[in-house]
Amino acid sequence: MAATLFDKLWRLHEVADFDGKEKLVHIDRVFLHERTGSIALRGLEQAGRAPRSPERAFCSMDHIVDTRPGRSDETLVPHGREFIEATRQSARSAGITLFDVNDPRQGIVHVVAAELGIVLPGMSVVCPDSHTCTLGALGALAWGIGSTEAEHALATNTLRVRRPRSMRVLFRGEPAAAVTAKDMILHLIARFGSRAGRGHAVEFAGPAIDALTMDQRFTICNMAVEMGAFTGLIAPDERTIAYVAGRQYAPAGELAEMALAHWRQLHGDEGAAFDRQLTVDSEEIAPMVTWGVNPEQAVAIDGEVPAPESFRDSQRSRAARDALAYMGLAAGEAMRSIRVDAAFIGSCTNNRLDDLRAAARHLRGKTVAPWVRALCVPGSTAIKRAAEAEGLDEIFREAGFEWREAGCSLCFHAGGESFGGQRVISSTNRNFRGRQGPGARTHLGSPLTVAASACRGYLSAAAPVQ
Amino acid sequence: MSAPGQGSGEVFHRGIAAPLPLPNIDTDTIIPSREIRRVSKEGLGEALFAGWRYRSAQTREPATDFVLNLPGYRSATILLGGDNFGCGSSREHAVWALKDFGFKVIAAPSFGGIFFNNCALNGILAIELEADSIERLADWTGLSPVDNQLEIDLQAQFIGWRGTERIPFAIEPARRSLLLEGLDGIAATLRRQAKIDAFEEADRQRRPWVYRCDSQTPSS
Repeated sequence: MAATLFDKLWRLHEVADFDGKEKLVHIDRVFLHERTGSIALRGLEQAGRAPRSPERAFCSMDHIVDTRPGRSDETLVPHGREFIEATRQSARSAGITLFDVNDPRQGIVHVVAAELGIVLPGMSVVCPDSHTCTLGALGALAWGIGSTEAEHALATNTLRVRRPRSMRVLFRGEPAAAVTAKDMILHLIARFGSRAGRGHAVEFAGPAIDALTMDQRFTICNMAVEMGAFTGLIAPDERTIAYVAGRQYAPAGELAEMALAHWRQLHGDEGAAFDRQLTVDSEEIAPMVTWGVNPEQAVAIDGEVPAPESFRDSQRSRAARDALAYMGLAAGEAMRSIRVDAAFIGSCTNNRLDDLRAAARHLRGKTVAPWVRALCVPGSTAIKRAAEAEGLDEIFREAGFEWREAGCSLCFHAGGESFGGQRVISSTNRNFRGRQGPGARTHLGSPLTVAASACRGYLSAAAPVQ
Repeated sequence: MSAPGQGSGEVFHRGIAAPLPLPNIDTDTIIPSREIRRVSKEGLGEALFAGWRYRSAQTREPATDFVLNLPGYRSATILLGGDNFGCGSSREHAVWALKDFGFKVIAAPSFGGIFFNNCALNGILAIELEADSIERLADWTGLSPVDNQLEIDLQAQFIGWRGTERIPFAIEPARRSLLLEGLDGIAATLRRQAKIDAFEEADRQRRPWVYRCDSQTPSS
């Protein structure tokens, strides 16, 4: 029977059956970070247990660590040092590889897992972090779990999982030049809602997906969880294979050839059936920005704040009213007339080299508006160094951006900093109430939109780069 | 034992139900990042819904209009939520905070997937219920929250309300036994150790590179 990519990945990892619905699934890699990983490792220690295969578990400092230049273990997070030290100690005693605060391999877990070649196509990987689905862009089966499940995965190399249903999201046609991967995924979530992918492994496909670079594909899969999906997936192609080849932990020699042959099989069969399919006409996508407190509350930047009454569902219209009160916006306001106090380029969604290049291209020779505080936080130390080698840091600095060390940073006031009370245009994934600080009003957009908005001082789309 | 559908006579939980009828209540709202201050699962109840419950981030002065600060709801143990409750961040702290506050049951039309799993692993019963059933329950309990308590029978899988009325709910058997028996998940899985070993042995032949995780090139 014709199988989807997800069917194949699932089959590769099935260890045992419980009651037909729940399976024992093999976990090839576990990733941890210092906030939820520290507690999983401690929980395991307290129960007198140890990781079964510590060599297949990795940990990076990203959630608590400071991103200001010249950083140490000190952070502005209350008791932040405790998280960092506990993680270091637990990782060491468990025998887990740690990418510590100033290690050249340090960075956001989902960024370094791919960049170092630790997670590869076809692998299963979990991390106590909801954006683990980012790695689905490699054709890996990657999903977020809680700390208790992380303990289970570490102790047994397996998890009990209810098999998700399958969904395909087909991006037909070609988007306009000004449209980025971020706009594609925001468009999808705005159109189908933040529950559209609930209980599904979502495969993104179609010519508009094929045309994306790996960095852009990570952006798409990263936000699968914002549509409620179990995970996001993109079938590996030659671009994926070229990306993976030669990475630090990727197989070499004979093993590489064996792996290559396996990876080339990782795609859905012709005619394989999905439980559900959504279709998007890429030509209809415009640069997007959010107006509310959930990623589904988004419109085209050239649009306006919607009226709560325009939502048919009464819960949704009440949610819109609440969101507008929190965001300090009125129905009918032009999005482009909304003034911002801060601009943030960062997070596992949008802080890879392609993102920084796109923003820098726009920023060259420009400066941010005098009332805007702007920051750029690369996703990993390696990305930071690569950007510096290209001179991108100079462009950001000259435009008036702060240039930071790698980490999650102000995506959710990791490092203890906050945009409290400010209106922020942000390349991150969540515009939840208070996520970027008490009373912070977050508008999500692409790095290009963040750059353009920072310069104008109001929400803005960038002119397409020719 | 009573007959099927009659109830087991053993109530999983009986308590005051507080309504929070907004969709997409995310785990950042359930517990903001800034409130996670220790490498610990304990003592997080005070931080629950901090952004809504207190007048500002700097104080613990109660916001008088938030439901859990209203007289009838202060000792609520059942939460009636909206669609996609617990979406967003995987932080299990959201469940630990709800548990520490005293919540035992959360009913909502749908849940965030990771949050849903985290609930069962910490002894909290998450029930998926139609939006209009939730609304009916909230309307009735709202008349007199302390008197109009809900009764949850996990054996017979129903919510008892308004005297003898019942709203049935579905739950996977595995999840139900986790809640009733409080199984140690790791211990249960380790009973299948032989299967895991056999899988890994075969898989090592099939995908040897997965089991080689040393760095192939020196770090730059």
